[in-house]
Amino acid sequence: MSTGTVNTTPMVRAERVYKRFGKVEALRGVDLTVQPGEVSVIIGPSGSGKSTFLRCINHLEQISAGRLWVDGELVGYRQEGDAIHELREREVARRRAAIGMVFQRFNLFPHMTALENVTEAPVRVKKLARPAADAAARRLLERVGLGDKLDCHPVELSGGQQQRVAIARALAMEPKLMLFDEPTSALDPELVGEVLAVMRDLAASGMTMVVVTHEMGFAREVGHHLVFMDDGAVVEEGEPRAVFAHPREPRTQAFLSKIL
Amino acid sequence: MAARAPGDPDAIRAIPVRHWGRWVSGAVVLAVVGWVAWSAARSGFLDGRTIGHYLFSPLIRQGLWATVKLAVVAQVAGVVLGVVFAVMRLSKNVVASWLASAYIWFFRGTPVLVQLFFWYNGVPSVWKRIAIPVPLTHLYLYSGRTVDFMTPFMAAFLGLALNEGAYMAEIVRAGIISVDDGQVEAAQALGMTPTLTMRRIVLPQAMRVIVPPTGNEFISMLKTTSLASVVVYGELLRRASDIYSSNLKPVPLLVVVSIWYLVLTTVASGFQYMLERRYGKGVRRR
Repeated sequence: MSTGTVNTTPMVRAERVYKRFGKVEALRGVDLTVQPGEVSVIIGPSGSGKSTFLRCINHLEQISAGRLWVDGELVGYRQEGDAIHELREREVARRRAAIGMVFQRFNLFPHMTALENVTEAPVRVKKLARPAADAAARRLLERVGLGDKLDCHPVELSGGQQQRVAIARALAMEPKLMLFDEPTSALDPELVGEVLAVMRDLAASGMTMVVVTHEMGFAREVGHHLVFMDDGAVVEEGEPRAVFAHPREPRTQAFLSKIL
Repeated sequence: MAARAPGDPDAIRAIPVRHWGRWVSGAVVLAVVGWVAWSAARSGFLDGRTIGHYLFSPLIRQGLWATVKLAVVAQVAGVVLGVVFAVMRLSKNVVASWLASAYIWFFRGTPVLVQLFFWYNGVPSVWKRIAIPVPLTHLYLYSGRTVDFMTPFMAAFLGLALNEGAYMAEIVRAGIISVDDGQVEAAQALGMTPTLTMRRIVLPQAMRVIVPPTGNEFISMLKTTSLASVVVYGELLRRASDIYSSNLKPVPLLVVVSIWYLVLTTVASGFQYMLERRYGKGVRRR
């Protein structure tokens, strides 16, 4: 699936990324590369820094050290010669608009209908005309199986339906990269499948995805690349089936033996 | 309801407990209220004919309009000031945040009555003239004597609006911080700027928390306008006291005033109820 790994710019490139919260080091030198069209799945115990790393990719968290690029551009900064300049809010926002994010707790806008949730950013950020935005939103909501829920407010939807609206909302900005932060962890078990199915379709359509999850089945079947993080760093990575079958590192072995 | 199957037990028809205490205390309260009303009526001061005569008289109607006008403009200005100062107080800009805190501290910490006297009597005695120059020209946007500018209405408006702004700032701030952080993150992740996020995502959700206390503030404002009578603003109480200082019938006129305040506050409560329903939509039912 990864299209030519030699000459293309990686979609995400992290070099020795550190993140400190006060005295706590959440990330201690993360190195990672995600190629365009690739689905990278990050697994690891809670507190391993995988969600923090994901949030750094679209600058919801500011990294403390190291370098992080998305599609060849530094995240949150601009480099001129040796000097690193902080980006203005407007510029940070512009770059975020090209990266979709799906949250564990959905974070749909409760005062808007499903359709309004999906059209809000295209209309307000991309300045798309209302009829065009509405048409695109309808198509997206139909694609995630919610064509009959356009006028529902989030309270009227189940967790699985809310998360599918959230995915449609992110896709409406036509992102080049989609980030998923434990998208099924807040769902009742019987609703997990419908969200994973949407993500599976999205992966099949060639979307570049970074997915933090505890769904090992999804990691194995949909992921092109598996990353195991522990204690703020990447411990082991590789082709998912190979890592699941023959983990090299003792920490990976210990983690997998607990959950499989 | 389903038909009763043979063999189901009969419904219980119990003899209710008699609450003698409630009957006795109710009778005592009614007796006391009745006695007060009767003695007031007998005194002749509660003069129904005078009340009826003045309830819709031109002066009272003028006062009523002046009260409504002042309350509405002061409340609207107070809400605008409240949003501005709440956002400033939560801002990362230290000067803005400090300035907002100082404003709230000062205007909440001093009595409205003192502020009204300050605007009406204090300001014109300190600054004789007011002029707003256009920079780099010799032209003035406004220029005039302060006493001409500081009319009773202007003084009452400034006093009430600035005071209200301080209370509204705290109400709006409470509303803003009640909105889940995840909402801001979701908006940011979609590429929305902080200003757009505040306007489209945070404030509309904060309204649910902001509207009920704002209704209370407006009801309170309707009554607080009566303080503007001290700066000779011709609102309801001022008109009534002008009338009873000549006809020497204060009680009927104070009753007239009270009736109108009750009408105004009742209407305002109705509006508040409607607003709460409007901004309650999409709220999680828990």
